[in-house]
Amino acid sequence: MANDDRENPTHGRRDEPEQPSSLSGPIASHAIHPHRRHVPPLYGVIAEFEGPNELIHAARKTYEAGYRRINGYSPYPIEELSEAIGFTHTSLPLIVFIGGVLGGLAGFFMQYYMEVIDYPLNVGGKPYNSWPAFIPITFECTVLAAAFSAVLGMLILNRLPQPYHPVFNTPNFALATRDRFFLAVEANDPKFDHDKVVDLLKSLNAMEVSDVEV
Amino acid sequence: MEGPMHSTTPVIDPGLTFASVTDKISSIVLKRKTSLAWFFGFAVSFALFQLMLLAITNLLFVGIGLWGVNVPVAWGVDILNFVWWIGIGHAGTLISAILLLLRQRWRTSINRFAEAMTLFAVAQAGMYPIFHLGRPWLMYWLFPYPNTMGIWPQFRSPLMWDVFAVSTYATVSAMFWFVGLIPDFATLRDRARSKPFQMLYGLLAMGWRGSARHWHRYEMAYLLLAGLATPLVLSVHTIVSFDFAVGIIPGWHATIFPPYFVAGAIYAGFAMVLLLTIPLRKFYGLEGFITMRHMHNMAKVMLATGLIVGYGYIMEAFFGWYSGNRFERFMIWNRMHGPYSLYYWALILCNIVAPQFLWSKKLRSNLLVLWIIAFIVSIGMWLERFVIVVTSLHRDYLPSSWGMYQPTVWDWSMFIGTIGFFFTLLFLFIRFLPMISIFEMRTILPSAEVEE
Repeated sequence: MANDDRENPTHGRRDEPEQPSSLSGPIASHAIHPHRRHVPPLYGVIAEFEGPNELIHAARKTYEAGYRRINGYSPYPIEELSEAIGFTHTSLPLIVFIGGVLGGLAGFFMQYYMEVIDYPLNVGGKPYNSWPAFIPITFECTVLAAAFSAVLGMLILNRLPQPYHPVFNTPNFALATRDRFFLAVEANDPKFDHDKVVDLLKSLNAMEVSDVEV
Repeated sequence: MEGPMHSTTPVIDPGLTFASVTDKISSIVLKRKTSLAWFFGFAVSFALFQLMLLAITNLLFVGIGLWGVNVPVAWGVDILNFVWWIGIGHAGTLISAILLLLRQRWRTSINRFAEAMTLFAVAQAGMYPIFHLGRPWLMYWLFPYPNTMGIWPQFRSPLMWDVFAVSTYATVSAMFWFVGLIPDFATLRDRARSKPFQMLYGLLAMGWRGSARHWHRYEMAYLLLAGLATPLVLSVHTIVSFDFAVGIIPGWHATIFPPYFVAGAIYAGFAMVLLLTIPLRKFYGLEGFITMRHMHNMAKVMLATGLIVGYGYIMEAFFGWYSGNRFERFMIWNRMHGPYSLYYWALILCNIVAPQFLWSKKLRSNLLVLWIIAFIVSIGMWLERFVIVVTSLHRDYLPSSWGMYQPTVWDWSMFIGTIGFFFTLLFLFIRFLPMISIFEMRTILPSAEVEE
């Protein structure tokens, strides 16, 4: 059943696959790009795995084989998986830091402007710029801005909300939020060659390998 | 059997798998028939919630004179309820943020529920200072917005700090909770059978697909949020204590207030988590997720914070005596022997004596005893705030301005009503959202171990 599913999407472009495979290779890949637009678009090849260890092993091997536009899908975060697909850097901490600093400065100078410049008021003989009393609100503004940066930064970097994504076309993908693990090799990978990718993924203990359309 | 508890009692039932964890928790929301007990509990809570709406309507119609507050006790049970509710909320943040940073894996079974409790408790807390304003429809004056009066708020006042602290806390708690729910919304989206629920959970999941790149950023965001929420929760109750400690009322003007308030908040919060999870795990058959290990750990945190609070009471009395200040000395004497002495001794009984039973492993293992102690502690923490707010205000420096305070039926209606509102939200939460974080439970399963 697994292999039958895979055949169906390929039927539509039976005449086309020769083109990319014949032109495959790192240099020629640029040349095929314009032609790809006329092909019924393929998102990539996606393999299904039983457990986290199989997925991580497969991801490492696929990365070693030179594929870079690959992605793993798992029901829970796996640190080793993002390392295996070569995704280890995120600018989120920097975004949160900048957000926090800007929030803190805005919080302090808001109070400074209001209490010193725009509406100076003598309260108990304290100086207009009674900065120690401004610290609690400065702190709260820092945390608030940093927290917003963390949440919005994470969502924006992840391109969420995104109601549709080709990967949802994968058979059994509803189990990716339960107990199944998936590895995708995207068709826009410079090294992408449909048959080679399928062979590679099949050799890596996949339960099922499917073509997924955009 | 009485040997090392940690090595013998697992955090969760060892027989669980990815599939069984997912199905068991999501079926509570998706498949399980809504029980009669749920309807009964919801109906009672909802009725009490109506009492709150009635109390608020009447308050807006008649005015603040409806409550027992008056000079000299202008901060009655309204402000003490504010402190009580917000203190309860703090356990949720402690469990979800501080225990995450401390890598306490047992937090995973209870953090979602505790965060929900935080959010709902803060919602109750937020109402009190607003309705206590007297003219609550002008509450937006608290925020710095450009206005035709040409004035700005007075930022040297702890009451302004409180506005920022509580609103930041509510916002950050809500975001933390929602971010934690996103992967579980995706699980529910993929498990739901009916179209409306698929749509609803699908919208909330925002297209989450468990991508490794997403998870990487997600984990980073979650960790950073935990790192931000930790100092935040400490700052919030510190600032709440500043509402008192910056004032020069005897019994309020003490440097011990911030740490003692924070400990009290955690104490009350863990008591509330125990109070709610003990019946809940039984009712929904979640003993495999929320194990005796959790109960023991929570009881120990309660005991430890209870001892800190006890130390606070002793120090308050010591400061009163050692200050040599006649007003401070009178304040402590008045607490113990004055017209409200009954409240003081009841508080000592509830908050210092009752938790001492938790030293015994046997009593800690008895869930009924644990539940009763948690209940007593919740009452004790309410009494503590009563003693702080009322006894200090009713006898200040000038005997001519002394007075007595008696909460009215409307004070009680508002309080009972907020309890109803809290439980209404809680019942809706356990019916429509996964009360245990499904994806985090998967991470602590044995099958999630990655072999190198």
